[in-house]
Amino acid sequence: MQASISLSLSSSSPITRSDCTAVANAYLCTPRSLRFCGLRREVFESKSLNSFSVSTRLVSCPRDSSFKKVCAALQSNGTPSKGGFDYDLVIIGAGVGGHGAALHAVEKGLKTAILEGDVVGGTCVNRGCVPSKALLAASGRMRELQNEHHMKSFGLQVAAAGYDRQGVADHANNLASKIRSNLTSSMKALGVDILTGTGTILGPQKLKYGKGGSGDTVITAKDIIIATGSVPLVPKGIEVDGKSVITSDHALKLEFVPEWIAIVGSGYIGLEFSDVYTALGSEVTFIEALDQLMPGFDPEIGKLAQRVLINPRKIDYHTGVFASKITPAKDGKPVIIELIDAKTKEPKGTVEVDAALIATGRAPFTQGLGLENINVQTQRGFVPVDERMRVIDANGKLVPHLFCIGDANGKMMLAHAASAQGISVVEQVSGKDHVLNHLSIPAACFTHPEISMVGLTEPQAREKAEKEGFEVSITKTSFKANTKALAENEGEGLAKLIYRPDTGEILGVHIFGLHAADLIHEASNAIAMGTHIQDIKYAVHAHPTLSEVLDELFKSAKVKVNSSSPVVQPVAV
Amino acid sequence: MASLLQSRTPSLSFSSSLCSTPVIRPSAFLLKPRSGSRIPVVRAKIREIFMPALSSTMTEGKIVSWIKSEGDVLSKGESVVVVESDKADMDVETFYDGILAAIVVNEGETAPVGTAIGILAETEDEISEAKAKATSQSSSAPAPSAPNVEESSPAPKVDAPSPAVAAAPAPTSAPSTPGKVVATPYAKKLAKQHKVDIGKLVGTGPFGRITPEDVEKAAGITPAPKSNVAVPPAPAASAAPAAVPPKAPASFPEIPGSTVVPFTTMQAAVSKNMVESLSVPTFRVGYPIATDALDALYEKVKPKGVTMTALLAKAAAMALAQHPVVNTTCKDGKSFTYNSSINIAVAVAINGGLITPVLQDADKLDLYLLSQKWKELVEKARAKQLQPNEYNSGTFTLSNLGMFGVDRFDAILPPGQGAIMAVGASKPTVIADKDGFFSVKNKMLVNVTADHRIIYGADLAAFLQTFSKIIENPESLTM
Repeated sequence: MQASISLSLSSSSPITRSDCTAVANAYLCTPRSLRFCGLRREVFESKSLNSFSVSTRLVSCPRDSSFKKVCAALQSNGTPSKGGFDYDLVIIGAGVGGHGAALHAVEKGLKTAILEGDVVGGTCVNRGCVPSKALLAASGRMRELQNEHHMKSFGLQVAAAGYDRQGVADHANNLASKIRSNLTSSMKALGVDILTGTGTILGPQKLKYGKGGSGDTVITAKDIIIATGSVPLVPKGIEVDGKSVITSDHALKLEFVPEWIAIVGSGYIGLEFSDVYTALGSEVTFIEALDQLMPGFDPEIGKLAQRVLINPRKIDYHTGVFASKITPAKDGKPVIIELIDAKTKEPKGTVEVDAALIATGRAPFTQGLGLENINVQTQRGFVPVDERMRVIDANGKLVPHLFCIGDANGKMMLAHAASAQGISVVEQVSGKDHVLNHLSIPAACFTHPEISMVGLTEPQAREKAEKEGFEVSITKTSFKANTKALAENEGEGLAKLIYRPDTGEILGVHIFGLHAADLIHEASNAIAMGTHIQDIKYAVHAHPTLSEVLDELFKSAKVKVNSSSPVVQPVAV
Repeated sequence: MASLLQSRTPSLSFSSSLCSTPVIRPSAFLLKPRSGSRIPVVRAKIREIFMPALSSTMTEGKIVSWIKSEGDVLSKGESVVVVESDKADMDVETFYDGILAAIVVNEGETAPVGTAIGILAETEDEISEAKAKATSQSSSAPAPSAPNVEESSPAPKVDAPSPAVAAAPAPTSAPSTPGKVVATPYAKKLAKQHKVDIGKLVGTGPFGRITPEDVEKAAGITPAPKSNVAVPPAPAASAAPAAVPPKAPASFPEIPGSTVVPFTTMQAAVSKNMVESLSVPTFRVGYPIATDALDALYEKVKPKGVTMTALLAKAAAMALAQHPVVNTTCKDGKSFTYNSSINIAVAVAINGGLITPVLQDADKLDLYLLSQKWKELVEKARAKQLQPNEYNSGTFTLSNLGMFGVDRFDAILPPGQGAIMAVGASKPTVIADKDGFFSVKNKMLVNVTADHRIIYGADLAAFLQTFSKIIENPESLTM
């Protein structure tokens, strides 16, 4: 198993198609089909409800000769099934979402092409999660080494920790290019056609790609997935110069470390950057439009996170205010940020800082997609979709054979959500209905310590409970009681479980603490597979590990029903 | 309730030994009968509920929520209010039976530790009186009414972090709004902590902003031991300057008026190396050397750009070539590491710092190349552009204080090297030769410090003898 996984990722030599499929199968499917001691029941019942009758409307398409050559060279990637299309599936955008969809499509035997107008990997790999994790890894160590008190409690002495900005920046950059080449070669190895250029939809099942203009190539596909992602959102009145007023795109290059930086927006992106900058010696001022920092997190977790991540650090904040105008530093003046009250719009003074990072969220990148050709109207730029990621047109009707995944549909702007949506779409187009449960998709913020969550927050759960008339219970465990966390001197942390005491259903889990981002998956998998607390609480966790925080969490829940699956017969191993 | 501090005993028995965590139960400090010093007519039956100190570092608390509302009957031990401290939210319970007559500090508001946040009446009759008291308290500047603790402290004035939120009830002066005070986040935090009125400071930072250093200066601190706990332990700026001294020294009595200047990175590195050197058993051997011939040679080659440093380095390198053991390093205390090349590091003082640019392969380069190389290194050192391998690859160090008239001194062996040579000034000295004739010759004293684990007295003596022969017959240097 191990061997086959590494083979699938590293082999760049041409492999025959059947081999690829086998490898991909082993990689993608084996874990699902394993059964662990009867703890899991009825997982992923394949509802063979085929909602799509494959409409084989033929579209005449002018082919040009150069394209045929491309096809001929890549026979390993299946041949398009009947219908006269160039491809079974064309994915516009080679980000993490498109990549996930492409890999799964090949596994399903679809002839697949992926279009990329910029660089493979998209935002996540090049300008998002990946390089930011490199910065956070470096700055996290820096913070630890600077924390004399923390070091002393281990009995360690560290003299004058320092850092080389360029070195840190290079680490981020190198990581991005490494992951990018991994992604590229994994697709090449499976024979996915990587087509360069921006894609424009011309009509149903037909699109063109290229650098724009007449040199574009027109291709047809049975199904099309839009996975064009997003770009940093810059509100009106803010002038981004890329030097003193920057977005995450610039910040990830870490071209300089300002003494004092204002971060507009205190969501994931802002929070992670505050972690990086304060560790590298900057002071930070948050500007948040809502009344509370860290909106979107469970309030209790947010509060605790604020105590640990904001209050003791060199950070202050203005909440309930908009940055109505930001002028970059020039003519010997600092960056000037004009604030207005978020509700009354009254001026609330100015802030003068050395730099400003705009982390107000991300805007979908859907311009130039040719959506007007198929009568689709974006909503604030997002492509409207139903729960199966099928695109909805201006009349509220489904556009056949067109799907949109990832940031471009705005359902859940996370790389792994995009990938999951992509896989869901491929399942559908290969004849198996599939609806992704977004409540089972975990999210994480990689501060030190980390924050992670899956499912509903407490207010959301209570609202839902009120509407649907059930009871909600909360239980919490502290990292202070966890041996491994204490050994690491990282006892600060909390795990919170929101559940239904009547059925044992997990509604949400929120973790703040050491390695929270890695710990959440036990909960997210439980939600995805419909495992209930009364079952999962019998699962065994290695001691001493951080996973016992969750173990304890499940054990502390008071469920009114008994275990739904009594201990199964012992299995000889 | 106070969930963060409560540790559940894990159900795995073998982990339980490590899991006891102290649990703080706030309550004792909560209610005390009013002393009556301020308001003349006070009945003991009306009690104030004070903001409790929930942790040793807590200076103020925020009311998260009132569990009871005005008019509720309270019994001893009941939770009344949830207070948020710098560490956690905690339920605070009452010590007395009574009626919650009035809430002075509302939900979401903040009050310093020790100020009244609510009024407790014993009977219904006293409610109106208690209410009157409450209104007088909340209307007429609540902060000064804080009876015992922190009277009229200017601390909360700076209410830095959240000017826009948290109606910041205590003092109503409003410097948090536009006013032309620009202070960095950490400066504001420090000001609050040390009760410095930030409005009165003159900023020295970029664009006239108030920096943490300005506040520290105004507060007259090198941080007090207590505050170390409150402040995040992250040290000051981490970027280029400000390095943390390597070992915590014993505390010395403080002499008033002294200033503390943190080490620069270079100084911190020197300090670290010096302390490390204490672990090496060293000894010293001195040797007098006549320099007339060297001086004569120096006069000759000086116009060609040769410096005394180059001459000495070359001489040392040539002597080392004959005595490789003096060029060794003891890395693990168990073995000799024979260095393949002879790299002479030369100590150079650079404004407030010390660095040792290295003349690599000094035995192989000729005197003129060596001099040229040296010139480049010194320029780079001055511009702080030395690459690491240009200052840390030395195998033997030369330190010359002769130009200052120092006649002899004792050098500390830098870690990672076997020996260091300290060169004193060359001075005319009366010498008696073996035939008993007196003469006056220039003479300098060199003193070598070496690691006795690898270099013994005889080794050094032999090395010095060779060195002195080279210096006394310096023609070989130019070859």
